[in-house]
Parts: sequence; structure tokens; C-alpha cells
Amino acid sequence: MAIDPKKHEMPTQDPKVRARNFKEVALGYSEEVAVAEANRCLNCKNQPCVSGCPVNIRIPEFIAKIKERDFEGAYKTISATSSLPAICGRVCPQESQCESKCTLGIKFEPVGIGRLERFVADRHNEFSNEKPDVAPANGHKVAVVGSGPSGLTLAGDLAKKGYDVTVYEALHTAGGVLVYGIPEFRLPKSIVKKEVETLKAIGVKRETNVVIGKTLTIDELFEMGFEAVYIGSGAGLPNFMNIPGEAYKGVFSANEFLTRSNLMKAYKDNPDTPIMRGNKVAVVGGGNVAMDAARTALRLGAEKVYIVYRRSMEELPARKEEVEHAEEEGIEFKLLINPVEILGYKNESDPRDPLNGFVTGIKCVKMELGAPDENGRRRPVPIANSEFTLDVDVVIMAIGTSPNPLIKNTTDGLEVNRRGGIIVNEAGLTSRSGVYAGGDAVTGAATVISAMGAGKIAAKAIDEYLSSK
Amino acid sequence: MYKIVRKKNLNPTVTQMEIYAPLVAKKAKAGQFIILRVDEDGERIPLTIAGTASDGTVKIIFQIVGTTTEKLNLKREGEYISDFVGPLGVPTHIDGLKRVLVVGGGVGCAIAMPVAEALNRAGAKVTSVIGFRNKDLLILEDEFKACSEKVIVMTDDGSYGRHGNVTLPIKEMLESGEKFDMIITIGPLIMMKFVVATAKPFGVPVTVSMNPIMIDGTGMCGGCRLTLNRDGEKITKFACVDGPDFNGYEVDFDEAMSRGRIYTDFERKSHEKFCNLLKNGGND
Repeated sequence: MAIDPKKHEMPTQDPKVRARNFKEVALGYSEEVAVAEANRCLNCKNQPCVSGCPVNIRIPEFIAKIKERDFEGAYKTISATSSLPAICGRVCPQESQCESKCTLGIKFEPVGIGRLERFVADRHNEFSNEKPDVAPANGHKVAVVGSGPSGLTLAGDLAKKGYDVTVYEALHTAGGVLVYGIPEFRLPKSIVKKEVETLKAIGVKRETNVVIGKTLTIDELFEMGFEAVYIGSGAGLPNFMNIPGEAYKGVFSANEFLTRSNLMKAYKDNPDTPIMRGNKVAVVGGGNVAMDAARTALRLGAEKVYIVYRRSMEELPARKEEVEHAEEEGIEFKLLINPVEILGYKNESDPRDPLNGFVTGIKCVKMELGAPDENGRRRPVPIANSEFTLDVDVVIMAIGTSPNPLIKNTTDGLEVNRRGGIIVNEAGLTSRSGVYAGGDAVTGAATVISAMGAGKIAAKAIDEYLSSK
Repeated sequence: MYKIVRKKNLNPTVTQMEIYAPLVAKKAKAGQFIILRVDEDGERIPLTIAGTASDGTVKIIFQIVGTTTEKLNLKREGEYISDFVGPLGVPTHIDGLKRVLVVGGGVGCAIAMPVAEALNRAGAKVTSVIGFRNKDLLILEDEFKACSEKVIVMTDDGSYGRHGNVTLPIKEMLESGEKFDMIITIGPLIMMKFVVATAKPFGVPVTVSMNPIMIDGTGMCGGCRLTLNRDGEKITKFACVDGPDFNGYEVDFDEAMSRGRIYTDFERKSHEKFCNLLKNGGND
């Protein structure tokens, strides 16, 4: 049988329609399409795809089960190594991970591994209430700081091994970046909720509204009887560019803009939490967060949304599918330009004019790519006398975050690096005995799956540490 | 869910509540704040902690200014609110202070009072100046008296205490040679700005308590950022993790006032809508 050179297409909402609603963009494979896509898998002996997965999902094995229409079996295979399959199937950058290693990808398009993972997880969530197997309680207590992808993964892994796990969350809802950061149209909150509920069903306890470093300290957690603590507190403090005008009304960090829309549900009609619905919006940055912010602004009713990125399309770090979706929806990519100043309204004759201090535009300079930097990426350099102004009323800064200082400031002996990231060894152990860390709190802003990978590694290390105690 | 253990109206627009939150109560220090949500899908709002009690309650005092505070005020003793998290922010620095002038304005007095109390407990001599628009809005006079050597009450219309704003007695005291290690002021931005301007010629350090718009309160959203002018350089700080207290001489008040008005229009409409809803509800 000849192999179809192309991946089966993911059905999506029509771009014109979806650009004005918050419903999920990608609709998911049907059973027939999933089986057909699974049949493209060559089931290679050396399984290159598995090495591309940060949590080493046994990919050919689960795909083989789809071929046999044993969808629940496929789910079991995935969930043996991944705690959050419905989420990863949606948000992982597969093109740079598992799918980048796919043998089929050498000549054709690789197998749609992410799409198949999503299909399996969604089908399970729809039809099965079966809980993962849990080992008998072993009496060891572990505290997890932060209920984002890293903390949830670790909690799931340890709970399955019989540990008594409590997850502490600073916000009012569990899920971390999965609920405050990633929008509904890319990752429906009902899916996050379902995954969190699954963890609850296997005994993971959850305490919301507790800020570790404030409400309780790491040392107090040990006093309370926890024998190990995992810090998965995420990235925290948003970066700004430190250019003039960033204090004008209408300049937001992507964290603030997305949190208002996602966590606080400001995208709904008559919300309690306000959000500025810009008419013309510039989003500065080229990562997934920038795409999320741009597409959220569009759905909130913006007439024009620009991505302002200082490098070219090739260097754009966002997931390929998100970039394609953004383009289809009409987001305009302003590449090789960099903001130098944000302009605001000022009525010289009337200091009480209510429009004073609101954003009117963003002054940018054109860039060209120069010599490669230490990471091999070509460094963008400004072109002299190339300044121009984009008229916008909202500017969203999506240029990364720095680790949150709350825990570092209240935990003696916890070492951090120059950027504030917690220093860990290869097993996720920090400079404090029994304290482990992973995810953005260690690396600075990265991906959901790398945070999950770190949670997995630390779970193994904590298991070894406590079972030998 | 967090129980409202006690509730009291301090004046027609200011309410005091004591909420059961033992973990917060155990840790809270003067100058820190909490964030609460009244109900599911409600807004997160920051409120400074006005005190704690040994029964695990945390006292908050708020002015009814918009939809969320209106909703909160409708809650009765014994009822619950969805979320209550804290204590957030850095406590007010009171160590080593011997002579302190505490200046509170309006509902800001609710936050100034625990600071005055903490100073008094630490052995400092406290003079308090508290200002209100009029007599009806006066709050916490007895509490201030209990922890201050001297209390001066000011009203804008002269209906109680002295006529005029808080800067009047501050200027008189400083001109007459009274010495303070520190002035700590909490109230409307415009008042704090003028307290700083009044103290400046005398070189007295001023600590101001900022209360900008925030969402998470843990340093994630950056909405609460403000600009400090330090040695000719502009520095961005986050009120939630770096504050809420700042050196009054460094704060860019005009910028903070402008930023504070970003959602004025939204808030007015939302409040009107909510009030109409209440009215219609009353007709059923």
C-alpha cells in the first residue's frame, strides 16, 4: 500500500468565523481519519520519535493500538509516561520534537503524532471514566509548589506510586499557565479541568489561594511533615523593553492581557474584570505567547493586529501551526522591526482630558540580520534612519518573563543563577536537601512539555530519595 | 470558601469585615495586603490588611466604589466569599523608628491605623494626622488615639476637627521644629503627592503606600508597575512584590494617577449596570 505523503489534515473552524469567537480552532480527527493517519506510521524498530519526546511516550506502540482500533489501549500506553495527554496533543511543538525525528519525515510529511495523541486522549475523556492504576499508599508526604504542567506531572507520577501529594496554587484555580496563559481557543479550559480532576481522583490534594513564600514558606512545609518539596512555580515577572512610554495606558504584558482574558474571563459578555479591547493592536515578540495574545486581541474585536518581531519568519520561535493559524486569521506579521518608543496622547491645553496618557502609536526601527550570536542565531541590528510609526491603541509585550523572586527571598540556602532561575542538578535537586525544582522557575520561559519533562525527572528523583530514606 | 465572621459599617460608604483565613492571619504584618474574589467569575481585588485577631480572622476595611466592592458589601455576616489570599507584599519597615508621623487620608486610614499600632507596639512615638472629606466619613478616630501620642483630625469642609487638608498641620509641625525619623502616608495618590511635597523642604524621609490595579498580586501580571526616579534614572517596580511601600521622593505620582484611571469608564458602566440590576431585583 502506498504511503500518503501528506499528514491527514486537521479539521479547523473557518478562519473568518473563528477570528471572532473563542471556541477551539482545531476540531480533532475523527476515528476514521485517526486510523488512516496511524496507518502511515512505519513502526520503525529504532523508534527515533520516542527520543524526541521530553517524556518519552512510547509513540509507535500507541499508534499501533490505534491501527487496531484499541483506543483505550493506546490511551493506557500514553498515560504510562504522560500525565496530561489531551493537553500535550494540543500545545506541544511536535515539529521540533517527536515529529522532527519521524523516519517518514525524511521523504514526506511526518506522522501527525500530536494529532493522534490528542485524538486518543479526547476519546478516552469522552468515553471512559477509568482511573489510572494507583499503588497502595506508602505514607510519604510530598508538597508541590504550583499547579502548572510541571507540578501536575510530578504530582500525577508520585500519586500513582502511592505518595501523599499536596499541590499548592497561588491563584484561585489550578492549572497555572494552562489556565491563565493559554487561551480557550487553543486549549479549552474544560480539558485542563478534566486532567486536574483525574489527578484528584488518584488522590492528589489541592490547596488553592496559598502563595508559597508568603502564606507558607518552604521550611514550614517541612515542619508540616512533608518530606520533599517540588518547586514548579513558573516564570513570573514579565519583561518589558525599557523603552520610553511603557507606562502609558494600553501597554500590557502578555501575562496581564492573557490573564484578564483567560483566567478572569474578561472575554465574556459583561465580565467583572475589565480588559482593553483595542482597535489596532501591536504584539511585540514572536513566541507562542505572542501568537496567543495577538489572536486573543483579534477575537476581542480588534480591526488590525500586528506581530512586531525583530527577526525574520525563519527565526520565529512560535509553534508552526500557531503561526499558520494566526496568518489565516489575518494577523499581520511585521518582521525585522523593533520598537524604540511607545507614543501616548497628551492634550497640552487640558491636563484633565480623559484621553491623556492612552497609547496612540508605537515607533519602530527596521532591522537587518547580522552575524550569528553565541547561540548561532543571527543577531538583528537596527538600520540607521529607518524609524517609522505604527498607529495602535494597545501594545502587548510578549518578550518573556523572569523567574518569580518570592520563594528565593524566603528560602535560606536556595541558590539561584544570575537571571534568578533556581539552580538544580540533572535530577532536579536544588541546593537544599529534599527540595527539587523544574519548569520555568529553573529555565525561564520555555514550553509546557519541557516543564512536564522536568516534573517527570524530579518525580523519579524524589521517589528514589524517599524510598531509600 | 472564606467565612465573613464579623461585619460592621464604619460609615455610609466604608465597611469593615473580619474574614476567617487562619494561615493569612498567622503571617500578616502591617502594610501587607490580600487579594479577594467575592464569587465565581468575580474580579480579583487587592485590599490592605487592617488587622488580625487570635481567632484566625483577618480584618479588611473597604470603601464601596464599584461593582466588586458593592457585591462584597452585600454579603452578610456568616456568609462566604470565594477566595482570599495573602499576606502579599512587603511589610512596612518600622524597625529602628523612634518618632514617626503617620498620615492617613479617607479609607487609607484603615491601612495607616495598623501601621501606627505596630509602631506604638515597637516603642515608637507616633503622631497621627487623619483627614476626611467630612464628619460623616470619619473612621477609626478612637483606634488612632489608642496608639498615638497626638491625633489631629482634619476635614475638607470643617465639619469635624480642623478645617483643611492634612498638609496644613504637617507643615506647621515641621516649621515649628518638630523632628520625625519618618513620615508614613497612606491615602489618595494626590494626597500622598502633596505630603511628599510638604515634607521635602525639611528633608524628612517619606514612605508612601501604593495601591495600583493588580490581578494576581504575586508578580506575574505586571499591571501594578510604577516608575521610580532614582538618581536621575527611571526604574520600573512592581507594587505587589517590591511594595506596596515606596520612598515617596522617588515615586512618579502623575504617572501612577494616570494609570489608575485606565478602566474608569468600564468601571462606571459596570457599576451602573450592577446598581440597575439591584434596583430591578428589588421590584420583583
